[in-house]
Amino acid sequence: MKGPVLRIEDVDAFYGDFQALFGVSLEIAPGEAFALIGANGAGKTTLLRAICGLVDARGQSISLAGRPIGGCAPHEIARLGVAMSPEGRRLFPSLTVAENILVGGHKSRPGPWNRREIEALFPVLAEKADVPASRLSGGQQQMVAIGRALMRNPALLLLDEVSLGLAPSIINEIYEVLPRIQAQGTAILLVEQDIARAMSATARFACLQEGRISLAGQSGAYSRAEIAAAYFGQEVA
Amino acid sequence: MLADMMNTLIQGIMLGGLYGLFAAGLSLMFGVMRIVNLAHGDFIVMAAYMALVAVTALGLHPLLTLFIVVPLMAGFGYFGQRLALNRVVGTGLLAPLMVTFGLSIIIQNLLLELFSADSRRLPLPGLDTASIPLPGGISIGVVPLMMFAVAVAVLAGLGWFFRHTMTGRLLRAVSDDPEIVGLMGADRRHLYAIATGLAAAVVGIAGVLMAVKTNFDPLSGPTRLLFAFEAVIIGGMGSLWGTLLGGVILGLAQAIGARIDPGIQILAGHVAFLAILAIRPQGILGRGEAP
Repeated sequence: MKGPVLRIEDVDAFYGDFQALFGVSLEIAPGEAFALIGANGAGKTTLLRAICGLVDARGQSISLAGRPIGGCAPHEIARLGVAMSPEGRRLFPSLTVAENILVGGHKSRPGPWNRREIEALFPVLAEKADVPASRLSGGQQQMVAIGRALMRNPALLLLDEVSLGLAPSIINEIYEVLPRIQAQGTAILLVEQDIARAMSATARFACLQEGRISLAGQSGAYSRAEIAAAYFGQEVA
Repeated sequence: MLADMMNTLIQGIMLGGLYGLFAAGLSLMFGVMRIVNLAHGDFIVMAAYMALVAVTALGLHPLLTLFIVVPLMAGFGYFGQRLALNRVVGTGLLAPLMVTFGLSIIIQNLLLELFSADSRRLPLPGLDTASIPLPGGISIGVVPLMMFAVAVAVLAGLGWFFRHTMTGRLLRAVSDDPEIVGLMGADRRHLYAIATGLAAAVVGIAGVLMAVKTNFDPLSGPTRLLFAFEAVIIGGMGSLWGTLLGGVILGLAQAIGARIDPGIQILAGHVAFLAILAIRPQGILGRGEAP
């Protein structure tokens, strides 16, 4: 069996003096979808940012396909095969849709994804190719953000709150493509507020509570009450 | 009389090309990094002195010095950014101002030490006075026309580079969101250095042209900086062609002022700048948002 694409061991993370993560460990296999759930401020985004180097992770044990990346610069980690669709999408507003997609391909790894494949995945992006990214609807912007990340042909794709503020039909459309991304061997680490949706899209999950993993296991193996307890840190009737 | 007027206007427009070049580098650095380079004018003068050295030491034709000055300036810009300016990008407006102000003083004094305070110029024998006669007593100087054509070509080239190359797109992207550019596998310190290298290369062209066109001395940098500022602000921040338009308006105002009274040439440019700032603070081609 191949080793994990991502291995995180006993990771702490800080914002200045504030400690956001305490001894977090998890492993994700190639092509696996993994959900990270938890309340606001539990540390989900911090963990994703630590993985891609946007939060200082010097001396932390984070490895990508066996190679330590803790403390590497974001552009080095990106070149090694981590891509992210960040919270709030963070498209480049002065670039067109096509240009946003194209910059994703800068120093990317070889692989199946290219502009044509991404426009086949989200046909609306071909239609809007020459429109400034800032003029798109929220759902279309989310598709650009995912397309931009896929252009990197990542070994690990981090999806931070892809459904936030979107209509259910659009969310369905986005979630429908995840299995096709996994089928290319890309592992997905998903941060999602909608627990039911996160569980149905993944095989395994971890729940963060105040910077610590409070529950982890097979998606769907736990009752709502167990998950709610892990989420909020108390027994909920 | 009419021909005189026309000649004045043509002179102004051609001069505007040079000012547009002055402004392009300043605008580029501000656009990509939000750095106001107070040493910009001194970079221009430094490039002029590089050309002077190349002419006197190597006996080159002044215009051929471009092939030495432009790569040298580009390298100076790239490594200056990596060694010094990258430390202050993104720390707000004040630290870059202090660093570039310090750089400005260093360059001025170094040039004074090396070249004395004498005013210099690089004559172009034969070309200096050549002009193309047009009907009706109007004529266009060959050197000014060439400068204007170079300015248009440089700005068009920059525009193409920003639209159609990966590095150009990344430079626009890093201006939008420096953090996310890292996720695209791009090292922003390298991108910033490319931006400054590019700006300095344009400064190299502007410096050589200036050396051919007018007198310069080690302390003439701040005046060029002021012209560049005025051209950028008249044209509108962040617009490449706006810098040329701003340069042309500034050049026209100066040429018309000089025609009224040679003593008010520079003042006329400043007055035009203030008038436009009062009427349209975002600049003529500016997008209307606060810079």
